[in-house]
Amino acid sequence: MVDILTHLGAYFLMLRKAFTRPEKMKIFFKRLSVEMELIGVDSVALVSILSLFMGAVILIQSAYNFENPLIPSYAEGVATRDSMLLEFSPTIISLILVGKVGSSIASELGTMRVTEQIDALQIMGVNPVNHLILPKILAGVFIIPFLILLSMFLGILGGFLATLVTESVSTHKYIYGIQYGFEPYYIVYALTKACVFAFILTSISSYQGFTTKGGALEVGKSSTKAVVFSTIVIILFNLILTKLLLK
Amino acid sequence: MIEIGNISKVFGDRKILSDVSMYLETGKVNMVIGQSGAGKSVLLKCLVGLLETDAGEVWYDGRNFTEMNYEQKKALRREVGMLFQGGALFDSMTVEENVAFPLEMFTKMSKEERTERANFCLKRVNLPASNKLYPDEISGGMKKRVAIARAIAMNPKYLFCDEPNSGLDPQTSIVIDNLIREITLEYNMTTVVISHDMNSVMEISDNIFFVFNGQKWWEGNRNDLLKTDNKELCDFVFASSFMKEFKSSSQSKR
Repeated sequence: MVDILTHLGAYFLMLRKAFTRPEKMKIFFKRLSVEMELIGVDSVALVSILSLFMGAVILIQSAYNFENPLIPSYAEGVATRDSMLLEFSPTIISLILVGKVGSSIASELGTMRVTEQIDALQIMGVNPVNHLILPKILAGVFIIPFLILLSMFLGILGGFLATLVTESVSTHKYIYGIQYGFEPYYIVYALTKACVFAFILTSISSYQGFTTKGGALEVGKSSTKAVVFSTIVIILFNLILTKLLLK
Repeated sequence: MIEIGNISKVFGDRKILSDVSMYLETGKVNMVIGQSGAGKSVLLKCLVGLLETDAGEVWYDGRNFTEMNYEQKKALRREVGMLFQGGALFDSMTVEENVAFPLEMFTKMSKEERTERANFCLKRVNLPASNKLYPDEISGGMKKRVAIARAIAMNPKYLFCDEPNSGLDPQTSIVIDNLIREITLEYNMTTVVISHDMNSVMEISDNIFFVFNGQKWWEGNRNDLLKTDNKELCDFVFASSFMKEFKSSSQSKR
């Protein structure tokens, strides 16, 4: 328990140091654009493939389960849309990004720590937390919601493509289904979750990497810890946000 | 000049430094020697503020570093250059960008001025043609030279070197040693070198401090070192047969 509180305290102290005015705005924006590319642009392919297949699979599974004649034939479209918007895009994609982006952040910072690059920054008079971590957190919070939007679109597109290759759902009914009873609030809900999850995954991974002690072995351990702790906290916040936002 | 007054450092129940006091002169190479685990690196980290001391004070030209707040320490660190054991170059930047980084961060120089200054520093450390290479494309000795170039880019008053020769061949070690000595004299810096390489000690040191079991055990210069009868120091310095022969030959000359 003391250990958890110590880490929690150190994590919030790190955040306090991160959210200070950058030394030079020009360097900060340069780093922010680099991080947006690393976190966002480099994840587009992975998010696209996963979302297309997830949408297709949801549709096929829905069609398999909705064989009851009392269930309307457009229900598969509704199920695919709502599943993608409410849970798969914001939560599952965020969890997948924890594996890709979170481990990369932790290992990058961990390597910088064990090779004394962070000490070198500190000796120069640079605030290393602000210089290295703030751009990662802000880039994540800004760019991950766009990835989630892309995922929603491609998931629904994946469902549509699945209707072309399976005969269980007609394309016409699917298109009707994805428009039926659409709640724009679901987008706000998903993007709110995306922002919170992006903050959690970038900040926890940064903390794990930044506090690495030792050598190469510890860098690997930090990377694993970053994925494990970010996943647990995201799942916990998923429950809290769902309860708070869907009344 | 850097003055260390009775600093102590404890990790858990292990006392790493105990009442260490030193007077590190300007324009001289001040070498701190000692066995592995004696507390040399911890001493260096306490000097530059990477570790907080548990007791004692560090004064930089009359300015009490230990009492300074975060902003004051940050300002003072711009007068400090440091050469880390592995070089600590930023992997994502080229050699030139590494050297120009502190200039970009803390000066209002234009890009051309920064590049010019970085190339001047690289030329000073005899690396004029490597500016577009990345750290993983250069050798260990070159990395050390780039790190020296980065350390002197801001014209520092104080230079700290943590085991500058570790992992280098004897020839490259001499190049790095000479570079440290030349730069110290050229920029009139207070240079502190942590080392257990006796060749370096005999080549470039002006003042020598021997740390043993976390305490400053002995201090003097190269001549004093050859004459000393301090048992712990003799055991450390003259552990190799080469140093024993060196001592006996220098005594017979006298």
